[in-house]
Amino acid sequence: MRRIIWLLFCREWRLAWRRPGDLLNPLVFFALVVSLFPLAVGPEPSMLRAMAPGVIWVAALLATLLSLDGLFRSDYEDGSLEQWVLSPHPLELMVLVKVLHHWMVSGLAMVLLAPLFGMMLALPASVLPVLVLTLLLGTPILSLLGAVGAALTVGLKSGGVLLALLILPLYIPVLILGTGAMDAALQGMPVIGFMLWLGCLAVLAITLAPFAIAAGLRIGVSE
Amino acid sequence: MYNGARLIRVFDVPEYSGRTPVNMSHPPRRSGVKVKPLPVELDGLACERDERELFASLSLRLEPGEVLQVAGPNGSGKTSLLRIMAGLLPPSAGDMRYGGNSVYHGAGREDWRRQRLYIGHAPAIKGALTAEENLAWLCALSSPVGTEQIWQALEQVGLRGFEDVPCHNLSAGQKRRVALARLYLEQHPVWILDEPFTAIDKAGVTALENHIMAHAQQGGMVIMTTHHGLDHLPGVRCLDLGQAN
Repeated sequence: MRRIIWLLFCREWRLAWRRPGDLLNPLVFFALVVSLFPLAVGPEPSMLRAMAPGVIWVAALLATLLSLDGLFRSDYEDGSLEQWVLSPHPLELMVLVKVLHHWMVSGLAMVLLAPLFGMMLALPASVLPVLVLTLLLGTPILSLLGAVGAALTVGLKSGGVLLALLILPLYIPVLILGTGAMDAALQGMPVIGFMLWLGCLAVLAITLAPFAIAAGLRIGVSE
Repeated sequence: MYNGARLIRVFDVPEYSGRTPVNMSHPPRRSGVKVKPLPVELDGLACERDERELFASLSLRLEPGEVLQVAGPNGSGKTSLLRIMAGLLPPSAGDMRYGGNSVYHGAGREDWRRQRLYIGHAPAIKGALTAEENLAWLCALSSPVGTEQIWQALEQVGLRGFEDVPCHNLSAGQKRRVALARLYLEQHPVWILDEPFTAIDKAGVTALENHIMAHAQQGGMVIMTTHHGLDHLPGVRCLDLGQAN
């Protein structure tokens, strides 16, 4: 069991490494959106500071959504997914590893870049740890929920818009909690409540989403 | 007639692109059937796609050592039948039993899961990965195999020297050969093959036919679709879905 997880992880890394374009797309999108905002609304620090939580979170959310459409598509088209479904190993575990890898190359990379963009948007240094922590708890939820949508739309030729319609409503609580925590931190109020809620959602997503993803893929493959 | 010596001779590739050869100190491993399969029974199986009946009340019993060719015109449900048998698609009616136990909702499920190998139309080969990496992963989905075994299997399908080539640089026939190398690596007693001869050249087809017959002689079971005539092979049963309707 450990061996298959490790092998799958190596396979995903190799695939990502050999197509670096796919790897960088969401990150470049994230960076572009965040860096265009100061150019568009002007360099006034107080205004940037007020907008920063929303801009960073919305950019992270859309970047995740952008990268999700192809999550299972290539494995579906070349028949790999059939072999996964037929394997005696649990599909839930394999999709969890795949989503974890997706999060590492999109979500985790955004978390690491976030302090830099926070400074660009004039956030005070004391708020940056909160920004990193909310994204660290929030982006896995975005990846896991998005993967459910990606699994359900895997058989569709152009599932992009449908995926956004399916998934965006589910993203809203995460968006509200993430930006809420940032606003509270900017006003010097405690953020622990927001963090606990995000943590709850993350645990819930890690526990339940793999089953939904696997069920979606089974349906997709049997068409 | 389907002995090992013949198999190796057929697969031997004359020219060689100058890569380090595999350690050939021991003879190439042939896929021995370790576990004898149990009889497979189809009981009144039916398939409906888009409210159109492809086939209905299909009943059949397959014994170990048998090769079944599923024939029929395009759209007669050959691939659907194979996908139903592999367990990818639920049948609209009927049941399938492996050793007397239902594969869909019974004790036969786990046995069947471990003992059948399905190679579909889409051969599950990733273009960005090399032949060796592809096979290592596909085999690991059931039971891991060593690098040396993979090299030997690739040599047997005539891809010596292509082990480290990314598969998007291979031709369609070569990609299919990479997928079929699994037949030399994995230990599943039951093979379900959807159009295995597609894009394979004449010598490759003969070699594959020999390998399939050798597998059956060792007690394995093969269920395959092909438009390629198999009349010259002894003991191949044919199920014609066009006539069945």
